[in-house]
Amino acid sequence: MAQFTRGFGSRRRDADPDLPPGQYLTTDFPVLSAGPTPRIPLTEWSFSIRTETGETARWSWDEFTALPSEEVSTDIHCVTRWSKLGTSWRGVALDTLFEDVETSFDFVMAHSYGGYTTNVPLEDLLDGKAWVAYEFDGEPLDPEHGGPARLLVPHLYFWKSAKWVRGLVMQQHDDPGFWEQNGYHLRGDPWLEERYW
Amino acid sequence: MRTTGWLPARIAAVRPTTSHARVLTLDVAGWPGNDPGQHLDIRLTAEDGYQAERSYSIASSGPGERVELAVDTVPDGEVSPYLVQAAEVGDMLEVKGPLGAYFVWHETDTDPVQLIAGGSGIVPLLAMARAHDRSASTAPFRLLYSVRTPGDALYRDEILGLSQRSLDLTWAYTREAPEGWAEPVGRLTADRVAAATWPPSQRPLTFICGPTRFVEAAADAMVAAGHDPARVRTERFGG
Ligand SMILES: Cc1cc2nc3c(=O)[nH]c(=O)nc-3n(C[C@H](O)[C@H](O)[C@H](O)COP(=O)(O)OP(=O)(O)OC[C@H]3O[C@@H](n4cnc5c(N)ncnc54)[C@H](O)[C@@H]3O)c2cc1C
Repeated sequence: MAQFTRGFGSRRRDADPDLPPGQYLTTDFPVLSAGPTPRIPLTEWSFSIRTETGETARWSWDEFTALPSEEVSTDIHCVTRWSKLGTSWRGVALDTLFEDVETSFDFVMAHSYGGYTTNVPLEDLLDGKAWVAYEFDGEPLDPEHGGPARLLVPHLYFWKSAKWVRGLVMQQHDDPGFWEQNGYHLRGDPWLEERYW
Repeated sequence: MRTTGWLPARIAAVRPTTSHARVLTLDVAGWPGNDPGQHLDIRLTAEDGYQAERSYSIASSGPGERVELAVDTVPDGEVSPYLVQAAEVGDMLEVKGPLGAYFVWHETDTDPVQLIAGGSGIVPLLAMARAHDRSASTAPFRLLYSVRTPGDALYRDEILGLSQRSLDLTWAYTREAPEGWAEPVGRLTADRVAAATWPPSQRPLTFICGPTRFVEAAADAMVAAGHDPARVRTERFGG
């Protein structure tokens, strides 16, 4: 049984059934990352997927933005407890990016400009669950929110939605990425409160 | 450093550190100790079972079952006004931690350290400066602390004390400076950050903490000055 805290509770926030446990609603868009914001010129940007054979599918910015894209409206949940409901994005579904990728590995390490990494099981990226997003609210994605493009895996805590994503590398095992080595849960389901080790 | 479940914590001492911020000392049976810079989660439970959780940096470090926090009031907030105004010695809450293995300083690291704090962002950086002060570390430590007015600085007297011994200190005031203050008053600019921090040639490890906007601006300024982004670590308190 939890410990009661004398006198607490007078300014409580209303519970919202759309919010996972322990989250509160925010209407602005907080920025959280481990370091400074990288700024990548579109002429230098590329996105790649590398498999166990070393084969690499790669897209330049023009090639990438010419792929079929989708509009995504979704809730997002940060492990630091803010949630934002009904955010709008445009991006390319991971299903589209993986169409011609042959792999027998079940796990993905996402790599970002600036050196960030995060691990995700492949099944959390396919079947309409994840995108590489390059627009937010109808505008090009701001660098501080991960622009030119970021991973968007809204059903997991937002640290999985790697900002400034530059590529995915298939891996045999679910090896931990950056935050996962530094105290955060290997998978990060907000509804199960998978916050920490 | 594996996270435990929720541990009951008893408030052992409270003292004001500014007119709107308070230092809270907690007794936590079973606390495993923590590194300087880590944080914990607290959970408050109302009589009817309603709960709220928030993260707070830990001002203390090392072994022992006492943990020090410092909380600044967010005026329309839910948890911080309770902790700063209502909580008393003897009251109970719960904590989980320590959390985070990245925004930490290890006393075996001999590289110069640059600390940059905005407002309550001083808390994890003070933990580092304290650990450095009481260790045999020869790493040079420097702090740039931005506050609205002199009265808004958390731990002001202690920081002044550290600056007599082991810490190279620069204040930045955004609204109001002490009388006769020669520096400009206002938000930090890239030039002022560059002037008050180690040059890139020293290859410092930089820790920046505070409200999101502040952290973003200070980190950008360090990168613009030529620091390796991989050596600039940030922790954002939101807001
Ligand atoms: C790693 C980490 C370490 C931290 N360390 C410290 C520390 O050492 N010291 C410290 O003082 N703080 C620290 N913080 C910040 C702290 O966790 C809290 O965010 C802060 O105390 C405010 O909490 P609160 O409950 O008072 O405010 P909240 O109730 O969470 O409100 C915060 C803001 O959000 C708005 N808001 C929230 N919910 C709603 C809602 N439902 N409707 C409308 N508006 C809403 C409020 O108006 C307010 O402006 C840290 C944060 C992190 C992530």
